[in-house]
Order: sequence, then structure tokens, then C-alpha cells
Amino acid sequence: MDPVAFIAGFFPNGIGRYLVGGLLIGVGVATIYLGTGIIAGASTFLETTLSYASGLSRFNRAKYVTSRDWRIVFTVGIVVGGAVYAVAFQDGIWVTQVQPWRLAVGGVLVGIGTRLGKGCTSGHGVCGVGSISNTSLINVVTFVGFAVGTALLVQAAGVSP
Amino acid sequence: MSEARHPLFMPVIFVGGVVFGLGLGVSHMTHPEVVLDFLQIQDLGLLFVMGAGSLVMGGAIAIMSRTTRLAPLTSDVYGRRVKSLDRNVVVGGSVFGVGWGLSGICPGAAYASVGIGNYPILIAIAGMFLGAYVQGYWRELRSERAVGVASADEG
Repeated sequence: MDPVAFIAGFFPNGIGRYLVGGLLIGVGVATIYLGTGIIAGASTFLETTLSYASGLSRFNRAKYVTSRDWRIVFTVGIVVGGAVYAVAFQDGIWVTQVQPWRLAVGGVLVGIGTRLGKGCTSGHGVCGVGSISNTSLINVVTFVGFAVGTALLVQAAGVSP
Repeated sequence: MSEARHPLFMPVIFVGGVVFGLGLGVSHMTHPEVVLDFLQIQDLGLLFVMGAGSLVMGGAIAIMSRTTRLAPLTSDVYGRRVKSLDRNVVVGGSVFGVGWGLSGICPGAAYASVGIGNYPILIAIAGMFLGAYVQGYWRELRSERAVGVASADEG
């Protein structure tokens, strides 16, 4: 079998949009880093924002309370960035067909797991891997492995999408 | 801290967020279906998203963390992202992985997905807040118990 065709089979949508998207993601976090020295991840926002509503001391640690305002600005920026993409390249709104229970249960586990594991796809996956941090590399290998296993199991169980 | 911030601090955070969100839109990580196609080994394009993102950020970190310069907007030193390795990193990564594999969405992509009009993703974001709260509540309860045990030992 033709090896080029075999490899291309794993990239049915090409690589252009993935490469450009990844570069922009890197430029976004690098902009913040170059300006402020801050290495921003997306999931800490969940806990720092909870400090506005909860008196739990874990959410009200100094490093959370002092960063909670800019983390909201960062998150609003991400939403606006998605909207800029949609206005420029998308025909109207786009709505997922993935079943609500998957979003709900998956969301809860993502919330628990990213905070327990000290980061998510952006914090560990982009910034931590970029720092060649063993902790992040171990975390990324763990979450990608479990995610692949879970997605394949759910698919094998006949759930789609 | 907040009263002494540079006037460009928030604008730079915002612009960085917009570019980051634009990248998530371009990469289609805002579509849980695309992430699930990756995790089901049907479209491996997402390798290039994390690869390119970490290369750009890794380059910035490698260069700046070797300098003695301070960040212009905060006067902070340029560091690397190095967190301590403990059991939580693996347990948390496992739980996150199961959630990511089930839903096809991670936090940053979920925020950007709101921007493309994907309103059902708000269910996932509400779930993320609930999950973050549950782990915080549980860990606080556990640390209080640990403190209680420790002081009982002393007594």
C-alpha cells in the first residue's frame, strides 16, 4: 500500500487549518507572556471566578484573588476571538450535535480533572510542553491516553455523536 | 497590585485572548465533533494544533527565560511553566481525559465555542464550574480533616 496515501488517510481535512490555528494559539499566549511574564492557561479561570461567589478558602487564596480580574478579561477575549472567526469565516452560528448528557457529564469531569491535575490542554499542553516540563508531559500523555480510550469506548457502545 | 498595574496590562491580556480564541476557531477545536474525530483516530490534525502552539510558546519561553530582562508591563521575571509532580497530576489528568473523551471539549475551546454561537456548549461550561467547585470543596474538607487529625495527634 502507498505509504503517502496511508498517512494522508489520517488527515481527511488536511493540516492547514490545524497548523495555522495552533500557531495563532501559540502567538496568543506568547503575547501575554512577552508583555507580562504571565503563562496563562484557560482552566484556572474556573476556580478564580468561583472566588467571587464562594467563601471557600481554596478559591480565595491570594494568587487566585489577585488574578481573577485579568482571567475574566482573558476569557472574554477568547470568546471574542471565536466570534471574530465566526463573523469572518462561518455562515451564521454553528451548533454541536454532541448529545447534552455527554457535554454535561464530560464538563463536570473536565472541571474536576483540570483543577486537580493543575492545568488543561492550554496550560499543560501548550505552555507546559513548551516549557519542556516533565510534569506537563506526564499530564498530557495521561489525559490524551484516557481521552482516546474513552472516546473509542463510547463510539464502540454505539453513541454518536 | 491592581492599582499599580500598567495601563496596557489589561489590553494586552485581552488581545492575547482574542488571538488565542481566533486560533481555536481556525483549528476547529471549538467543534467537539472534530476533537472526537481526533480521539477516535479518524483525523489526527489536532497533533499540529498542540505541536505548533507549544513550539511558538516554547520558543518564547526558551528565549526570554534565558534573559535577565523583566516583563515590561509587570516587571516580573520571565519563567518557565514548571509545576510539581505529584499523584494529583496523574489522577487529575486521568479524570480530565475521561471528560475530554466523553464530551470532546476542553476549557479554552469551550469559551471560544461560545463565540461561534455554539450555545449548547454552555452546558459543558456549567459542568466545568460545578466540577471545579466540587474538587475545591472536597479538597478543603480533606485538608480540614488532616489539620484536625494533626492537632489531635499533638493533643
